[in-house]
Amino acid sequence: MDQEKVIEIKGLYKSFGTYDVLKGVDLDLHKRENLVVLGKSGTGKSVLIKIIVGLLTPDQGAVKVLGQMVDKISYKELLALRLKVGFSFQNSALYDSMTVRQNLEFPLVRNQRNLTKGEVNQAVERVLDAVGLLQTINQMPSELSGGQRKRVGIARTLILQPEVMLYDEPTAGLDPITCLEINNLINEVQERFHTSSIVITHDLTCAKAVGNRVAMLLDGKFERQGTFDEVFNTDDERVKPFYEYNFIQ
Amino acid sequence: MDNKAENPAILQKQAKPPGKITRMFLTLYDVCQFVTRFFKEGFLPPYEGKELMRQCYDIGYRSLALISLTGFITGIVFTKQSRPSLAEFGATSWLPSLVGIALLRTLAPLLTSLIAAGKVGSSIGAELGSMRVTEQIDAMEVSATNPFKFLVTTRVLASTITIPILTFYTAMVGMLGALLNVSLFEDTSARAFFQASLEQITFLDITASTVKAIIFGFTIGIVGCYQGYNSSKGTEGVGKAANSAVVIGMFLIFIEEVVSVQFFGLFRT
Ligand SMILES: Nc1ncnc2c1ncn2[C@@H]1O[C@H](COP(=O)(O)OP(=O)(O)O)[C@@H](O)[C@H]1O
Ligand SMILES: [Mg+2]
Repeated sequence: MDQEKVIEIKGLYKSFGTYDVLKGVDLDLHKRENLVVLGKSGTGKSVLIKIIVGLLTPDQGAVKVLGQMVDKISYKELLALRLKVGFSFQNSALYDSMTVRQNLEFPLVRNQRNLTKGEVNQAVERVLDAVGLLQTINQMPSELSGGQRKRVGIARTLILQPEVMLYDEPTAGLDPITCLEINNLINEVQERFHTSSIVITHDLTCAKAVGNRVAMLLDGKFERQGTFDEVFNTDDERVKPFYEYNFIQ
Repeated sequence: MDNKAENPAILQKQAKPPGKITRMFLTLYDVCQFVTRFFKEGFLPPYEGKELMRQCYDIGYRSLALISLTGFITGIVFTKQSRPSLAEFGATSWLPSLVGIALLRTLAPLLTSLIAAGKVGSSIGAELGSMRVTEQIDAMEVSATNPFKFLVTTRVLASTITIPILTFYTAMVGMLGALLNVSLFEDTSARAFFQASLEQITFLDITASTVKAIIFGFTIGIVGCYQGYNSSKGTEGVGKAANSAVVIGMFLIFIEEVVSVQFFGLFRT
């Protein structure tokens, strides 16, 4: 695998009021890998990727995305950077007053103003086809199922052809079969669009299926990073319940 | 990076919760920044023309029925109530011009914007609030588009444009109500009625009402958008945003009315 780093995080701290969420996070994302971030609910996984796209500012530490420090660049440069980073929200965050087609067009026509109507339609259909939902193109988000919403959300980020994808709990709240489909989709996206991805999840099946590498967020830090087996081959009381819940039941 | 404008969270950055006074000033600062951002970004291309048209139509359409009804009834009632006092002086012939002036100067702008503060302000607050809560605003942000421009600028401009138009519409409907009442009790033709009522209306009256309506419209838009855009997380936040959009909007409209009456009074001698 290519060892070029697309995301480099060093000594990242973030707190809300008196509550320290991230306490010295170090993390690298290499080119063309899928990194799975595991962690209990409320450990700051979403906060971490929101910092990566500049939705939140770090209190301390260096966050370098595609060679740029996200908290040091101007707003304009940040927008340019965000074009290259796709962000799939935990709750899909589809624009619920717009149809699926308008949802997908929204970022595209605002970032590439010289596209013709035909080119826009073509791009919309291409990504919608990639997530297997071409038939929903004229539906409203409220008419879609949870899994379909996730896919449309992913399609909406793919339409800008990002180099990096950040998935916030793509399988949360879905049935096991839909989870498998989403896992396949994540792998397909990586193959087809040559992205590097961070996948946040607490679903180990998903982690095993898509992750080249696993990092576990414990008490505001990544104490355990490595392959799936390296991370879980431990007696750490904070890690074992994860494994036991998912595979022994 | 312009993060203070993105996050209402300057309050959260403090280590310990600030006192009431400090909080008030921080909010005021935040509001000023919001308004400044509107002026900075509102008039720069690329424009969201289509969305602006949609919002104008929406705002006009949403309040039209209620405004028509209220304007018409106000016209009737105001005329009816004014008649006895004028009759005491044998001056019922002044009725048309009295109603005309009252409607145009005060009743129409106030009625229109109070109704719009209720209908339009609350729906802007709720709509943006729920978009904030469900992270749709964040989603626009991370897809390298400018949600402020698409959501806030268009809505504020739309209400600033639409409220003045609605104000004159209300005045007109109110005059029709007054005409109905007058023609029931007095022997006046519609033509004579309008002539009498328009005669006393000056250019200053029209200017003052237009300016006032523009200010009211801007206030309704900005307050609704500010509350919604900076809504706190959770469904409760949406309700709060809608509610405070109405309460604060109406409160500011009354204050602005008092100030502008004083101000335009300077020109009337
Ligand atoms: N904007 C915010 N303001 C205050 N607290 C926040 C904010 N965002 C997240 N938090 C807090 O940070 C913690 C981590 O949140 P999050 O990253 O969403 O957890 P998760 O790992 O489940 O995604 C939570 O306890 C949450 O209350
Ligand atoms: Mg989360």
